[in-house]
Amino acid sequence: MSKKVAITGMGIVSSIGTTVEENYNSLLHSKHGISNISRINTRHKNTIKVGEISLSNEELIQQLDLPESNNYSRTALIGVIAAKQAVASAKITDKIDGRTGLISATSVGGMDKTEQYFYEFLDNEKNRKYIDGHHAGDSTHKIAKQLGITDYVTTISTACSSSANAIMLGARLIKAGKLDRVVVGGTDCLSKFTINGFKSLMILSDTNCTPFDEDRKGLNLGEAAAYLVLESDEIIAKENKKVLAYVSGYGNANDAFHQTASSENGDGATLAMQKALKISGLQPEQIDYINAHGTATSNNDLSESKALRRVFAEAVPDLSSTKAFTGHTLAAAAAIEAVYAILALRHNVIFPNLNFKTAIEETGIVPVTTVKEKRIAHVLSNSFGFGGNCSTLIFSK
Amino acid sequence: MSKCYINGVACISAQHTADNTRFLDEVVNYEKNIIHAIPPIYKDYIAPAAARRMAKGVKMGVVASSIALKEAAIESPDAIITGTGMGCLIDSEKFLTAIIDNDEEYLTPTSFIQSTHNTVGAQVALGLKCNAYNFTYVQAAVSFESCLFDAQLMLNEKEANTILVGGVDELGPITTKYYGLIDHIKDEEINTTKLLDSKTGGSIFGEGASFFVLSNEKQESTYAQLVDVEIISELNIEALQGRVHKFLEHNNTSINDIDAVILGNNGDIDYDNFYKELQTTIFKNTQQLYYKHLCGEFGTASSFGFWIAAMLIKNQRVPDILKMNTKETKSYKNVLLYNQYRGKNHSLVLIRSC
Repeated sequence: MSKKVAITGMGIVSSIGTTVEENYNSLLHSKHGISNISRINTRHKNTIKVGEISLSNEELIQQLDLPESNNYSRTALIGVIAAKQAVASAKITDKIDGRTGLISATSVGGMDKTEQYFYEFLDNEKNRKYIDGHHAGDSTHKIAKQLGITDYVTTISTACSSSANAIMLGARLIKAGKLDRVVVGGTDCLSKFTINGFKSLMILSDTNCTPFDEDRKGLNLGEAAAYLVLESDEIIAKENKKVLAYVSGYGNANDAFHQTASSENGDGATLAMQKALKISGLQPEQIDYINAHGTATSNNDLSESKALRRVFAEAVPDLSSTKAFTGHTLAAAAAIEAVYAILALRHNVIFPNLNFKTAIEETGIVPVTTVKEKRIAHVLSNSFGFGGNCSTLIFSK
Repeated sequence: MSKCYINGVACISAQHTADNTRFLDEVVNYEKNIIHAIPPIYKDYIAPAAARRMAKGVKMGVVASSIALKEAAIESPDAIITGTGMGCLIDSEKFLTAIIDNDEEYLTPTSFIQSTHNTVGAQVALGLKCNAYNFTYVQAAVSFESCLFDAQLMLNEKEANTILVGGVDELGPITTKYYGLIDHIKDEEINTTKLLDSKTGGSIFGEGASFFVLSNEKQESTYAQLVDVEIISELNIEALQGRVHKFLEHNNTSINDIDAVILGNNGDIDYDNFYKELQTTIFKNTQQLYYKHLCGEFGTASSFGFWIAAMLIKNQRVPDILKMNTKETKSYKNVLLYNQYRGKNHSLVLIRSC
C-alpha cells in the first residue's frame, strides 16, 4: 500500500477558543461562540450573528510581538498564531529546510484592511502599507516567514472548501514523497465584504444557525484559522514521533451546476465522498462520524443530505455540523473541522449539532444533538464552496 | 515517473497571441505603464448572454481554456487547475465600491458571486459540465507554477491523464491606481521596447490568460515536455546560482544543455538584479530571452513566458523581440524559465523538446 500521512501537530483560533484545549472544552460543554458582531462597524450588526474571535487586532499583534510598522491583516494575524501553535505541538526538533512546505488557504485575504482604508489610500500615506497586504498570497507569505519555511509555499482559494483542498494537497505531496513535512490549513477573518456578500445572497440568519433543521434560516459567518502538521512515515519512524491521527482519504469534485448554488441531488458532494472513500480503502459502514459541511442554508443542507443518502443510503453514520458553534469560517472551515475530527478520534466523542429540532422532511437525517461517546476510528469531513467546489477528507486513528 | 507533455496551448495577452499559427509575427509596442490584453472575439467562444455577466478575466480564461482544449482535442479534462495572482479584481472592486458608496444597502449579489478567486476555474467547469478535480492557486508570482507543480504530481501519481492548467489575471482600475501609489508601477509612461533601459523602480502592469493541456501521452499536437517545476518562496540572491545548478542537476541537465533561458525581467531596477545575477554569470554564454515588455507584469505573467517556451520549442525559432543578448542557438531542446516578483515567489521551470 502507499505511504501513510501522519498528523503530528495542530493549532486553532476560533470564536470558541484560541487554543486546541479551549476549543475542545467548548465543544464538550456545548458552549457556542455565536454573538452580535463587535469588531466591525456594519449596518447589519443588529440583524446578523457571527462567530467572532475574542482577541482584538492589538492583542494579536502584541501576542506576536510585531513592530508598529507591520501590515498584517487580521487574516494574517490569526493565521500566524494558529500555524505557530501547530508547529509547536508537532515538536519539530530538526531544522526546518526545503523539505518542509506550507499550504495555506484563504478567501478574504487582506480584505479587512482594504475595505477599511479603500478610499483613504489616496490621501493617507500611512495606511498604504496595507495595499500589498490585500492579495491572498500575502498572509501565506507572512506565515511562512514566521515559521521559517522558505521553499514550497502556496495558497489555495476555492471559497468555502479552500482549506480542505490545502489538507488534501499536503497529503498528496507527503504520499508522493515530494515533501517530508507540510503545514496545511486556512485562515479567514470577518469582513464587511463577506458579510454583505452573503447578506445580498440572502443566506445569513438573524438567529443562531440551525444546521440540518427543517426550519433553518441561513448561516452565521465566523472567523478562524487552523493548521495541521503533516509528516511522512520516515520522519515518524526516525524520530519516534507521536501521531495524532492520519489523513486516510480525500476527494475533490466539481458540482458543475451553478456558481453559488449546489445541485439538487448533490452530484459534486456525492462524487467527493465516493472518491475519498475509494482513496481510503474504507467501506461506507466503516465511517463512525461525519463532520458535515452543514452551513444551515436551505440549499446546502438539503443538497448535502441528499448526497449523504446517495453514499450511505439508509445507514448514514452519526453526523453533526459544528457550524452552530463557530459560524461558517469560509476558507478556514475545513481546517477547524479537521481539528474537531482529530479531537473526536482522540477522545472517542462526537460533538453535538446545536439548535436542531426537526429533521428535513425530504431526507429525514437526524444529527447527533448531545455529546456522544463511542469508539471512533474513522471520521469523514465535508466542505463545499462557491464555484461548485466539493471536497471530502477522511481522518483515521 | 510519468512524462508530462504540453499538448495544447493558448494565450490571450496585450499581443496578438490568440492564434497559435502565428508566433509574435506582429508586435504591438506600447507607450504606457499599464497595458491591457487585446480581447479575442468572445462571441466565437461564449454565448453573448453569458459573456455579459463575465468580467474580462473570466472571459479571457474561458476563451484560452477552450482554445487549448481544442488544440489538444480534449473535450473534458481529468482536472482543471487555475492560477491567479489577484483573482477577480473587477468584480471585487465593484462590490466593495458598492458597499462603501451605498453604506451597505441596495446591494445585488452578482459581483460578489463573481469576485471569488475560483470563478474562472468554476466557469470553465460549468461550461464543460466537468465534475473533475478543480483547484485554484493564489500565490502571487507562483500562482501559475503552483498549477504546473500540482499537474505534474497528478500525472506522476496516475491521478489523471489529461489536465487543463492556466494562469489568468485582469487589471482592476482601482487596484492598479493603488499599486501605482506604492511604486509597484512606474510613474512614467514608457516605450515598452525600452523597458529594460529604465532607471526607475516598479514595472509596467498588464493582464492576460494562458492555458495549457498537459497529458501523460504524446500526440501530434504536442509542443514540448514539462520536465520539472520548483517553487522557492524566499531566496537570497547569493543562493540563486546554487539553486539553479541544483535544480538542473536534479534533472540530469547542466548549464551547457540549456539552449535558451527565459527570464522575468520587468524593468524594475530594484529587483531585476536577481536576473542579472544569472545573466552575467552561469548563463552569460546562453541565449537570454525576456517577455514582460510584451505582456506587462502581473501575478501570472509567467504563464505568458511558458507559452513562449512552448512556442519556441515547437517552432524552433525565436522572434527577435524576445532577445536580450546576441547569443544564438541552432536548435532548441532544453529551455529554462526563471521568474520572481520583488524578490519573492521564485520559480524554475524546465521544458524540453520531444
